[in-house]
Amino acid sequence: MGMSPLPFARRRLLAATGGFLAVSLVRPARAQSQWDVLRELLFENRPVHDGTGLIELEAPTRAHDAALVEVAVKALVPQTPERYIRAIHLLIDRNPAPRAAVFKLTPATGSASITTRIRVNEYTPVRAVAETDDGALFMVERFVKASGGCSAPASKDKEAAYARLGKMKLLAPERFRAGEPNELRLLISHPQYSGMQIDQLTRNWIPADHLETIRITWNGEPLVEVETDISLSEDPLLGFHLQPEGPGELRVEAADIKGRRFVQSWQLGLGS
Amino acid sequence: MIGPAIDRRALLGGFAGFTAATLPRTTRAAPLPLVEVAPGLFVHVGPHQDFTPANRGGIANLALIVGGEAVAVVDAGGSPAQARDFLEAIAARTDRPVRHAILTHHHPDHVMGAAVFRAIGARIWGHARLEAALLDRFTTYRAAMERLLGAAIAGAEPVPVEESVAVETPRRIDLGGRVLELRAWPTAHTDCDLTVLDAATGTLVAGDLLFLERIPVIDGSLLGWLRVMDELARIPARFVVPGHGPANAVWPEALAPQRRYLEDLAAAVRRAIARGRSLSALLAEPPPAGDWLLSSDNHPRNITAAYKELEWE
Repeated sequence: MGMSPLPFARRRLLAATGGFLAVSLVRPARAQSQWDVLRELLFENRPVHDGTGLIELEAPTRAHDAALVEVAVKALVPQTPERYIRAIHLLIDRNPAPRAAVFKLTPATGSASITTRIRVNEYTPVRAVAETDDGALFMVERFVKASGGCSAPASKDKEAAYARLGKMKLLAPERFRAGEPNELRLLISHPQYSGMQIDQLTRNWIPADHLETIRITWNGEPLVEVETDISLSEDPLLGFHLQPEGPGELRVEAADIKGRRFVQSWQLGLGS
Repeated sequence: MIGPAIDRRALLGGFAGFTAATLPRTTRAAPLPLVEVAPGLFVHVGPHQDFTPANRGGIANLALIVGGEAVAVVDAGGSPAQARDFLEAIAARTDRPVRHAILTHHHPDHVMGAAVFRAIGARIWGHARLEAALLDRFTTYRAAMERLLGAAIAGAEPVPVEESVAVETPRRIDLGGRVLELRAWPTAHTDCDLTVLDAATGTLVAGDLLFLERIPVIDGSLLGWLRVMDELARIPARFVVPGHGPANAVWPEALAPQRRYLEDLAAAVRRAIARGRSLSALLAEPPPAGDWLLSSDNHPRNITAAYKELEWE
């Protein structure tokens, strides 16, 4: 046909409409927003419902540091084996890599609420899309004013950044309780080079080097899994929940795009 | 406190002088007011404002030190337009040549006028890390300054740092019977801070290692800055010229308000981290900023910088 391949959703739509919409689809109409394109790429033609009442997105209206914007997705319903949020997609429309992270969550979390820190490259909608266990999608969004977050110079020089590479820190509540969701905050030291930053000494672009996956297990069972990209800030933060039945071992395995693996475990007892 | 630049221009209107021939001529303005804080040591006091077309980026304190044979400037101003006015003001005070332009760090209010001094043959001095820091950010800074200042920024270029000062190795400049000691510091306000000690008058020109009145900005390391302040306090000077604040103040007592701010900030952020309060929770209910000017944007930025640094302690 001499046409570049269309995403499946478009092809299906074309077929369904007998080509009536072909012109506006091949040359996207001006009205088609960045979000329309993104939605089609990520979710094809699955409906994306209003997520109000299921999740909330907390993000600053105007960020003080575009390279470090703390955002939280609050789940308004508990995670149960019968009904749970199986993933939260965190999307930043106008970032060079708009899919900042996908957090895959199990019922063992007790709560699907997550916290992280993102880079914001220009004024943009930030979206959280919750995917429930039945595959339905629910979205909430906030507009964040910040710019330059992806190309902002690293806060440490390379030597200092790599000296601490992969070091992890787990912040657990003083009272870690069975039978209810406990918030845990994990820090992983990684420069998260975006490929858009310049080395101060050599004047060369620093090649991208960032985390790709973070897998967290509780007593060997999957708890949270994160797929990520350049949009997470330097030294990524991951706040997540765990609803334990008793004491156990939390294990984190992170991998970056250079194939490095970082593993650490913590024994978590129950507080009184 | 000094009023906005527009008032000074109105007061001093009609004062004509030369403009560096090699650079484009922009806004006509009277030369900058200079205060002689010690014999042969003059300071231009920057107003506590954000960047505006009216102040032409000229919000930092600038110093002029006159020796027997030559003069040195400490910081070059926030735009070529301001730097040309600085040159005019210098010419009204001395006929000795400006041989040295010392840059205390890479922030635009201190360096955007540097090309004007280079064009008249001044040697550019700075921290060993200054040139890299300048190149890294120059494009971003100039774009922002074009938006904020307009024509005043025309002619701004990154300058090569011809004379660099390493952290452990102070260097001297002899202006003819007057020796300046330049010291480079480990990461504090920024990663390329430099101070100038004028032994003849016992005056330390501190650059932005010292803020008075205007809120300090952490663009390097909070803990590093506190450590550097301990060392700075041992410098045997009697007076200090801060990077922002009055023309001069008593040394080392002048360090006290900034030390209190940074120590209080570190304590508040450490407390929050220990209690498991998130950065966003802390920003929603920040610790007080005190009486510092221009704190509405800069205090939350400082909290963010401090949190990011201290959570790894």
